[in-house]
Amino acid sequence: MIPAEFDYVAPASLDDALKALADGGEDAKVLAGGHSLIPLMKLRMAAPSLIVDLRQLGELKAVSEDNGTIRLGALVTHHTVATGGFGLVSAAAATIADQQVRNMGTIGGTLAHGDPASDMPAVLLAYEGSVLIRGSGGEREVAAADLFEDFLTTAVGEGEILTEVRFPKLDGYGYGYEKFNRRQEDWAMVAVSALVKKGADGTAEDVRIGLTHMGSVPLRATAAEDALRGKPLNAESIAAAAELAAEGTEPPADLNASQDYKRHLARVLTRRALTTAAS
Amino acid sequence: MAGSVRVTMTVNGAQQSAEVEPRLLLVHFLRETLGLTGTHVGCDTSNCGACTVHLNGEAIKSCTLLAAQADGAEIKTIEGMGQEGALHPLQEAFWEHHGLQCGYCTPGMIMASADLLERNPKPNEEEVREALAGNLCRCTGYHNIVKAVIAASETTA
Repeated sequence: MIPAEFDYVAPASLDDALKALADGGEDAKVLAGGHSLIPLMKLRMAAPSLIVDLRQLGELKAVSEDNGTIRLGALVTHHTVATGGFGLVSAAAATIADQQVRNMGTIGGTLAHGDPASDMPAVLLAYEGSVLIRGSGGEREVAAADLFEDFLTTAVGEGEILTEVRFPKLDGYGYGYEKFNRRQEDWAMVAVSALVKKGADGTAEDVRIGLTHMGSVPLRATAAEDALRGKPLNAESIAAAAELAAEGTEPPADLNASQDYKRHLARVLTRRALTTAAS
Repeated sequence: MAGSVRVTMTVNGAQQSAEVEPRLLLVHFLRETLGLTGTHVGCDTSNCGACTVHLNGEAIKSCTLLAAQADGAEIKTIEGMGQEGALHPLQEAFWEHHGLQCGYCTPGMIMASADLLERNPKPNEEEVREALAGNLCRCTGYHNIVKAVIAASETTA
């Protein structure tokens, strides 16, 4: 399978990349690791007229920590995230596809792509993290809750580039990541990210639950979160909260899983992820 | 539209340069432009791993990379691993432990295994299986492949 023809540039600076994108118009596409975009181009489901490859932008490969916030350049690979010791973010990144894909795929690319079956969107949502987006008009910070607009549609607009991903460190939180798929390298049928802060009295001071592939965008399981917050962290309360994990969701059914099965998975995986996060 | 781009990269230690279409995939650059047909195209959808080569020392799937993305990079393919009579320890081990039958997946298996042994010189069985999750074999099965990788890890210091 061979992509349709396109023009290609690999600018040496972010400003040049933004200019190339602007000049390229609505059919120009940004390329990071390419592991979502190139498969779509090979299938001719995407046929950009211009590819703006970010590979020369070393500043987008930086990893730093600033005042309790982890800052990851958009071109940081899944492998670097998986081995970086970033708690739930790393645990989830380590489950993305396979080693070869993790060596090329990037955190900025996967978030800008916005596939609800991919791992990072719901993780970012659970952390209440954010991304930086640069355009010709300057830079803006967009919260995870505002980033994912619809299936494969994010707040990264035409002519804009997602440049950085920010996660609060969330010291003192336990975490659990549970993903269900048929083969290790597959997309998630459903995945659940759980973050739990245990108070001094053993109750749940804070609970965050992110759901992957339970809708056209990543979701928070707010009913389950509310049910557990303030409660003692025991098997009974966790099981009761997890029962609410699929409340209000309309998961997309596919060949692998019906809606009901996905809701079942969300409940089971939430219980498991919360149990790990609380232990 | 669509002109051409010049790509220059080091492949198995030798510098290579060519004027290519931007849409040319790295695997086709290796196989058709350079004639290095040891790297295979299996599924062509980033699943099977038959096209695995090293880009700057890390295993990647060359069917999911534009040749242009590898401009300036160092590429290693199965042809760069060993020669007849002087095989790479992984190649020796695959031979010794019957880690291949039809051989189609073997170049990718070996390149992915070499990436693992570079990061983790003494992997256990589970780590080998996890590292090879992106490589599919449809005839020998995985037991002998895993045995071969473990054996190779024991022969290298």
